[in-house]
Amino acid sequence: MHLYNLTLQPPTAAIQAVVGNFSGARQQEIIVSHGTRLELLRPDPQTGKVATVIATDVFGSIRSLASFRLTGATKDYAILGSDSGRIVILEYDAKTSSFVKLHQETYGKSGARRIVPGQYLATDPKGRSVMISAVEKAKLVYILNRDPAANLTISSPLEAHKNSAIIHHIVGLDVGFENPVFAALEVDYAESDQDPTGEAFNKAEKMLTYYELDLGLNHVVRKWSEPTDSRANLLVQVPGGQLASSDRFDGPSGVLVCCEDYIIYRHMDAPQHRVPIPRRRHPLEDRDRGVIVTSAVMHKMKGAFFFLLQTEDSDLFKVTIEHEEEEVRALKIKYFDTVPVASSLCILKSGFLFIASEFGNHYLYQFQKLGDDDNEPEYSSTSYPSFGMSDPQAGLPRAYFTPRPLENLALADELESLNPIIDSKVLNLLPNSDTPQIFAACGRGARSSMRILRHGLEVEESVSSELPGIPNAVWTTKRTEDDLYDSYIILSFVNGTLVLSIGETIEEVQDTGFLSSAPTLAVQQIGSDALLQVHPHGIRHVLADRRVNEWRVPSGKTIVAATTNKRQVAVALSSAELVYFELDLDGQLNEYQDRKAMGSTVLALSIGDVPEGRQRTPYLAVGCEDQTVRIISLDPESTLETISLQALTAPPSAICIADMLDASINKSQPTMFVNIGLQNGVLLRTVLDPINGQLTDTRTRFLGTRPIKLVRVQVHKNPGILALSSRSWLNYTYQNFMHFTPLIYENLDYAWSFSAELSPEGLIGISGSVLRIFQVPKLGVKLKQDLIPLSYTPRKFITHPSNNYFYLIEGDHRVMGQDAVDKKLAELRQQGKKIDEEVLNLSPEIFGRPKAPAGTWASNIRIIDPVEGKTVSLHPLDSNESAFSIAVVPFAARNNELHLVVGTAAGTRLAPRTCTSGYLRVYRFTGEDGKGLELMHKTEIDDVPLALIAFQGRLVAGVGKALRIYDIGKKKMLRKVENKQFASAIVTLTTQGSRILVGDMQESVYFAVYKAPENRLLIFADDSQPRWITAATMVDYNTVVAADRFGNIFVNRLDPKISDQVDDDPTGAGILHEKGVLMGAPHKTQMICHFHAGDLITSIHKVSLVAGGREVLLYTGLHGTIGILVPFVTKEDVDFISTLEQHMRTEQVSLVGRDHLAWRGYYVPVKAVVDGDLCEMYAKLPASKQSAIAGELDRSIGEVLKKLDQLRVTASGF
Amino acid sequence: MLLSLGERSNQVSTLALNMSSELRYTANTQLEHLHARYTGTGHADISKYDWVTHQHRDTLASIVGHPTLTSYLAIADGEAIGRVRFEMTERMLQPCGPPPRKDDD
Repeated sequence: MHLYNLTLQPPTAAIQAVVGNFSGARQQEIIVSHGTRLELLRPDPQTGKVATVIATDVFGSIRSLASFRLTGATKDYAILGSDSGRIVILEYDAKTSSFVKLHQETYGKSGARRIVPGQYLATDPKGRSVMISAVEKAKLVYILNRDPAANLTISSPLEAHKNSAIIHHIVGLDVGFENPVFAALEVDYAESDQDPTGEAFNKAEKMLTYYELDLGLNHVVRKWSEPTDSRANLLVQVPGGQLASSDRFDGPSGVLVCCEDYIIYRHMDAPQHRVPIPRRRHPLEDRDRGVIVTSAVMHKMKGAFFFLLQTEDSDLFKVTIEHEEEEVRALKIKYFDTVPVASSLCILKSGFLFIASEFGNHYLYQFQKLGDDDNEPEYSSTSYPSFGMSDPQAGLPRAYFTPRPLENLALADELESLNPIIDSKVLNLLPNSDTPQIFAACGRGARSSMRILRHGLEVEESVSSELPGIPNAVWTTKRTEDDLYDSYIILSFVNGTLVLSIGETIEEVQDTGFLSSAPTLAVQQIGSDALLQVHPHGIRHVLADRRVNEWRVPSGKTIVAATTNKRQVAVALSSAELVYFELDLDGQLNEYQDRKAMGSTVLALSIGDVPEGRQRTPYLAVGCEDQTVRIISLDPESTLETISLQALTAPPSAICIADMLDASINKSQPTMFVNIGLQNGVLLRTVLDPINGQLTDTRTRFLGTRPIKLVRVQVHKNPGILALSSRSWLNYTYQNFMHFTPLIYENLDYAWSFSAELSPEGLIGISGSVLRIFQVPKLGVKLKQDLIPLSYTPRKFITHPSNNYFYLIEGDHRVMGQDAVDKKLAELRQQGKKIDEEVLNLSPEIFGRPKAPAGTWASNIRIIDPVEGKTVSLHPLDSNESAFSIAVVPFAARNNELHLVVGTAAGTRLAPRTCTSGYLRVYRFTGEDGKGLELMHKTEIDDVPLALIAFQGRLVAGVGKALRIYDIGKKKMLRKVENKQFASAIVTLTTQGSRILVGDMQESVYFAVYKAPENRLLIFADDSQPRWITAATMVDYNTVVAADRFGNIFVNRLDPKISDQVDDDPTGAGILHEKGVLMGAPHKTQMICHFHAGDLITSIHKVSLVAGGREVLLYTGLHGTIGILVPFVTKEDVDFISTLEQHMRTEQVSLVGRDHLAWRGYYVPVKAVVDGDLCEMYAKLPASKQSAIAGELDRSIGEVLKKLDQLRVTASGF
Repeated sequence: MLLSLGERSNQVSTLALNMSSELRYTANTQLEHLHARYTGTGHADISKYDWVTHQHRDTLASIVGHPTLTSYLAIADGEAIGRVRFEMTERMLQPCGPPPRKDDD
């Protein structure tokens, strides 16, 4: 088996984000690291919308990201720390719209190791040097400079290592133009490792250490090291240094040390200032729990600066420092607002705050004010003795605030993110859809959601109005060439034409010069100010003064097809003749003297737009009934001569020539595409060679069941094509590459561009007798998301065999369930405590729920109707129980009546995994088709049941290390058989026949079999490698695909002989007495495929994504990845694509400098899987490299691209 | 939560410290230098405590270094990623408790 890995939806989790002027223009941009992907975002200060400029896969894991700017420069660079053992400096090149690697310096081994730098990055604010650090010991300092040609240079590294030091954070100090200084938070473990009494451990001090880079001596020295709070976790740079012009200090310099519950201002030879981090005044607050700051940002404005610190509870605090020159007078903190917990905060100079959320959607907020004069209590270091540092060991009195809705910020934009996907299903449930949807349970805590993902572009409808009849076509037109917007809408009916004028209202007009008594074939604004209408009996040329020149068809003939552009008109007559007209310089439409006989009825015609600065477009495409498309010359030298011919598989129904940019074919100029829609719903896309008029590089795609109609439209100021069949598709250019995506909208019978003041970039379409005006707001998004909110983190969900509902379990650790909350509140009320109802009623989606101690759980069983997009019913679990597994079981003992079994546990603790008691809850479906649940009984078990599955009319449960079969009883589940030979904990179960595949938390997938005659449950095969299974699915009876916690996906196969042998043994006695191999089962599975996907895979499905297509393996990743593994059909394909992959590897495309083979074989060498994402980078290579690789493969560039495209389209339809 | 990581075994094997106990007493400066340089590599006489402590520190550093793993643990535990990363780094100080008392022989 050979597989081809293709990412359908790249990860959307934001690990880190930095802001800077990366394009060198005045506008600020944000670079977001998605872990294995780098994206450049550009927020528009006017509209407050965020647009993606570029996004590239880096084929490595980005661990840290920083930006810097050389002194006096206007452009920022990005530095990446990754698992490649290299430091990389990137520049954004606006011309080619790509990241350019300026420097790549190797310093260590690859991999995210303990002592290889890459975990932390700190830059000098003046851009003179950068420090890159590991989690332990190693710190390297690079000096950044400019050479005489103003190119960025990087020095060889200087070491600032400290043995046996664990590094918590590093930051560059702002020291103006003095020698650069870096601050690090370190703990030394040497002494605690030697002291058996544990005293040294208890006394271990966290040191704040300054490392100074002496630029004169080219040397790093430890300048200063002092103990600080032992629970410090984060450092924040404080502005410092003098302005050259005014001698004034920008700030006091130094750092803010963020500790649990406190913020300390710290600098060498300066008094410390400490303030408490205010806590929420919440009745359910866990008083033993500290608060830490998880992200921070400093913002400098003219002559002032402030900090925004965000705590893990998602509250933002504004911290200010009052200083006189270099001396700090006070450190102040106050509550600012509450926004989702961020992995990075970015403040833009244009007054926006970007929140790269750690889970869920990312947000852009606009600052309304800076919280300067409100009533929020402010805590200052001056209100405590010796600035809060009188006794650093003792705490300060606690400070409190009351959370409230946003006051200082206003939401401007939201970027959708699937991160984290915890479980998913792929099914075709929605009506009117011929492809399956992906249902993903996403999110964390109260911001969780069930998302329905449909392949296609979202459409925003602005007008939909009923028409008197059913039109068969619609056009819009301007009146003159220079008009900004369209003036008329022309609707063609079977026996007439209706003209509507677009003004404040849309109303019918009569005196336009258009013929209203006949249907219309084409409408065109022609020349500078004339209009043209083609109807079956002639062509009307309506001049600006409403005079009409009419060309009439010879009697007995009619026009059957027409095509027009600004200067040219071609029509086909019923006698299979072509008539060609061209506009002369006086604005007169002249017929070419000859008519061309085609010999076969013409079904479709098309000419492209007139190229800029030209008189005419030289080619006309004619589709004939004899299943051919001919390209006919319109050149004055050879007018109406046939140049080339393409045979088709079915009669054409529409043709459309369009000039569109596709960088994989031509990077600088638009390519002329001839799109041919066939009557059987297949679309052919060919490239028309502009020199010789030959058609090359044909690609086919099945669009739908109806004959295709093609319309040239404008999408976001670029040309695009709308292809209408039983689904509507849009072909457009996005980020220089061509995309072909269905629209998620009603079927359209015809469509046209529509431009009016209110919707300048709209489209107009007819479906039945309804006229619709709509636009496509966001291009480049392949999956449209609809969401259903959930209350807690989803854990698993399942479908029901007969109804369309989802049964979902959700649960959160460290959150109190509603019953526990009510009890606690009642208790508090009884004690006479006052309870602030307002705080209690704060929406948990925004503010989260108060954190409770470990071992506290809140959980629900939820029934969702995915078609209607709503929750049908909700069943909260009480007494600290949380659900971990769910199954629908047809119990044979109850006449195969379906029951819902939910595996729960009370008081679960994670490490080590324990619970006070596990339970199997059995529910009966009630209400019409399972809308409700009724608890039948609850069976106590000894461990947490992490996996359940129906098996031969009974239930198989993975309870801790034990695999058990249960049958239903009157009051309890009855244990029938058990096997306790599993290594750590059973996490996945799949079954076929009497075979059960058991995924273990640490020890890969076991093959077990149930032998009914002897009632034995036996393991007969396992894996020779330890694997931390997160998801597993059977590919066939002997093959399993599984994923582990480190981002690997692999396929294991059992020898069919052994499989037969096991099946042939009726009692299982043979297996029972066989000798184990390698301290495990008697047989081992063979690993046949292995691939490192880079994301932790949470679910795998074997599905077919296109109607009638092959089955592929679809997986979802924790960080929002959705990918597929496509089996290759032929050996030739394998050879071809693997060779292409090899060539691509040598191109060194990884932006972090990670070796591709090493990345895809991170833990185990990659085996029998080709990285499609890498292969698809072929389209982005420069043309010379493309042709070199194509030459090596004995193909043309077009053929390589076609193969790649074909693999993607036939497998996924994307 | 101990993870056995492929990365680590790689580190050990590349260094190939087939250092016999005899060698340890002859001052092999180059080897000692390597040892000082690559923290976490073992030797033939490593104690169980040292070995397991190294394993844990490697594991914790690896969790902190892989964004997917920190996310995964954060979701399971109901904590913020920042908190998980902080607690993991904190635990590196002494992941397996104090060292055993040495027998004075």
